Amino acid sequence: MGLKRDVSLPMGLRYRGPAGYLTFILHRIGGLGMGVFITLHILASFAGGRLGGALNGIYENWAFQIFIFFCVLFHAINGLRITILDLFPKMLDYQTEAIWVEWAVFIPVYCVAVYVIISTALGG
Amino acid sequence: MEKKSRTLSIKGRGLTNFEAIMWGFTRLSALGMYALILFSLIGALIMGARNHMNVADVLRWSFMPNVTHVQSTDLESTDAWVTPLWKLTASALLLLATAHGVHGLVVIADDYITGETGRKIVRLISMAMMAGWSLMGLWIIWTS
Repeated sequence: MGLKRDVSLPMGLRYRGPAGYLTFILHRIGGLGMGVFITLHILASFAGGRLGGALNGIYENWAFQIFIFFCVLFHAINGLRITILDLFPKMLDYQTEAIWVEWAVFIPVYCVAVYVIISTALGG
Repeated sequence: MEKKSRTLSIKGRGLTNFEAIMWGFTRLSALGMYALILFSLIGALIMGARNHMNVADVLRWSFMPNVTHVQSTDLESTDAWVTPLWKLTASALLLLATAHGVHGLVVIADDYITGETGRKIVRLISMAMMAGWSLMGLWIIWTS
């Protein structure tokens, strides 16, 4: 049968909700990013040879590492919030506060990782 | 909007069909991956990560404890990093992550593909991806 929706895809993409929406869409982008690039990484490592080496070379590029570390760290930290709140549903009343705690954890961890990636790229 | 439903206990939600069980699996596998990542992180610190690699290298190892992830660091020897213990940890992490990730892709696809045939195709593709990634990943882990 399928679902009937009165919202088009461009309209859905333009939607901006409150705090929970930003984490929802970043969780999705992070998950998709990992899905696409870890697939490529597995295929490249499996294939090996020159093509595999060239594809895996992308992963050693500092700009790419900044992107994939965002995907992985955000998805992991946001996922922990979702897991804790879903397993203890009474805490869902404090969802907004939990999202603030989440940013307080994510921003320092990610900044340290980016700082190290850049200083290593600059030869430090 | 009923506010009561937000505080429904896990048992009260009735985890009976496949999608509901996978909802639980997604959360529990996240916790499982956290445990394995912390285990790899602690292992790396014990094996000398403090002096021979930077935080990005340590995280790369923790998220997938395969020896190729530490080959570009200053380690003098990677012997301790290729033991069966780490291969088993990496395999467990790979299988959990693949199941978690493939199901996540199905959930995203279901938001945009709403027809019955389309969803059936998505599920068939997901089964092929699940098998392919798991087998390729295991091959890489046990031969590297």
